[in-house]
Amino acid sequence: MTTRTETVKHTRDSADARPMWQVVLVRPEVMTFALLVGAFIIASNLSPFFSDAQFILESSTYYVEYSIIALVLTLVIISGEIDLSPAAMMALSACVFAALYQAGLPIGLAMIASLATGVLMGLFNGILVVVFKLPSIIVTIGTLTLYRGLAQVLAGDRSIGKFPQWFNGIDYRLILDVPVPVIVFVIISIVLAAILGTTVVGRQIYQVGTSEIASIHAGIRVRRIKLGLFVAMGVASSIGGLLTASRLASVRYDMATGGELQMVLMVMLGGTYIFGGRGSILGTFLASWLLVIIATGMTVANIAITAQLIVMGALLIISIIATNAIYARTQR
Amino acid sequence: MFKKSLLLGISLSVALISGAALAQDPVSIVYIPKNTGNPYFDSLVAGFEDACKELNCEFTMAAPATAEATSQIPFITAQTQRGVDVIAISPNSPDAMNQVLDRARSRGILVLAVNGDLVDNYEHRDAAILPVDFTKTGPGQIELVGSMIGYKGDIAVLSATTDAPDQNTWIAAMVDSLKTNPKYKDMNLVATVYGDDEPQKSTTEAEALLQTYPDLKGIISPTTVGVAAAAQVIQSAGKADEVKLTGLGTPNQMRPFIKDGTVEAVQALEPL
Repeated sequence: MTTRTETVKHTRDSADARPMWQVVLVRPEVMTFALLVGAFIIASNLSPFFSDAQFILESSTYYVEYSIIALVLTLVIISGEIDLSPAAMMALSACVFAALYQAGLPIGLAMIASLATGVLMGLFNGILVVVFKLPSIIVTIGTLTLYRGLAQVLAGDRSIGKFPQWFNGIDYRLILDVPVPVIVFVIISIVLAAILGTTVVGRQIYQVGTSEIASIHAGIRVRRIKLGLFVAMGVASSIGGLLTASRLASVRYDMATGGELQMVLMVMLGGTYIFGGRGSILGTFLASWLLVIIATGMTVANIAITAQLIVMGALLIISIIATNAIYARTQR
Repeated sequence: MFKKSLLLGISLSVALISGAALAQDPVSIVYIPKNTGNPYFDSLVAGFEDACKELNCEFTMAAPATAEATSQIPFITAQTQRGVDVIAISPNSPDAMNQVLDRARSRGILVLAVNGDLVDNYEHRDAAILPVDFTKTGPGQIELVGSMIGYKGDIAVLSATTDAPDQNTWIAAMVDSLKTNPKYKDMNLVATVYGDDEPQKSTTEAEALLQTYPDLKGIISPTTVGVAAAAQVIQSAGKADEVKLTGLGTPNQMRPFIKDGTVEAVQALEPL
């Protein structure tokens, strides 16, 4: 027995540390970045109209609302949970905003009410998961339908609009030639990357996702962290809903239908591990741009939408295989 | 008939554009239908192709996957970037595209609403080419279904998407004539449901109508996808005698149902 233990110990001791270049290069974000560069080159060759920064930035405003929410979703997935209700939360919080504004509330108050709706929806998801210990995938599939249904009750089959002119068209407001929603996205990326990478809470999110039981024993307030993340999802969704309302200058109950899958796609393409414990904001950031480049590049090259869907699906599968392979390789 | 007006509309646009532009390049036209896989728009595309052959303009078609209200927006941006001269669009929403269409027009692109208009947002397009007199479509269908059910009983509407400007115009006119015309006082519109111009969803909605309203006498489906789906549902339920169906259908899709008696009459909608 003793000998065997020693052998095992010996093998472990003798394993070489991974060379530095591997630590730096063999990671999912590098794959995402390579795909991004590749997609950009291909898109530039497909159509002479593609490589125009102003056009790409303008096109990115159609996806950036999802990207912002995908950043927060990255934290949720790293913590070992998932939230499939953000698109429905976007719709409901935007419908609350529009309905209240139409009922005569000042627009500022209507926006605050929309954010509060986001908090409540996230809290509801979080309580079901944390207090009632239900699997988050089931809970949020349920609330996805619930929130969308409430949005339809509230807004009916019509679109609500006629907002004041200053509220509309935030995607056309530029700061240093960059649309405002893109700036919001970049700022939130930096803030979340800093939180995840440098703060205690950030490290704890990784630990919770790696092993919830070990985290509890280590004294991490797992339930508080998870509840906080679900509430953050609600707030981010509400921000996304308001940005969309401003971009479209109108709100409908079916806003962002199916958007949750795009968000999950961004997080997965960015190399975040679906079972939790691994992933990064940088990956999701790069993957958001990858999706923008692919969708925009193929649309401007007049490639049929069916082909676009095939490319997206294939990419997702490739990225999941690659992510799993990389993580298996670096598992120690 | 519609093809003629399409040809006329396109030639006018071509004339406008080539009058304005000095370059002798052929005028480029892109058509953005509501969604892919909708046979009605295939006929329209063929009409564009014929017209462009005649007028020597460049024609392309770019279609989104769904008829959802915002699905056409990235396509408009991309075509603006391509620098086409004319964007012809069958809008999925009367208002969601206002800003992006304005952007296109500010770059000198002529925007044509085709087959459906930007209701109440007319200032965001340059012109509209409509297949039928829109004010007559709705009342015409009420009359048609009324004549089949003896102007008495419950009817329902199976529409396209909730935001479709053309269908909503027709439905509003139907409701109006039901209310105002004493001839239809015994007819009762019990439900308006939306199949989103997807065969699967339209079928489900049609089945739900038969289930929910057992006394239903008639269904109007003013969209080619919906009317074909509803015909299929009524045929498989064997209810052709109890529930009368009418709507707007392409002749090819409706032929088998008319032949076997499932459907007595539809307004044929094909750009001929």
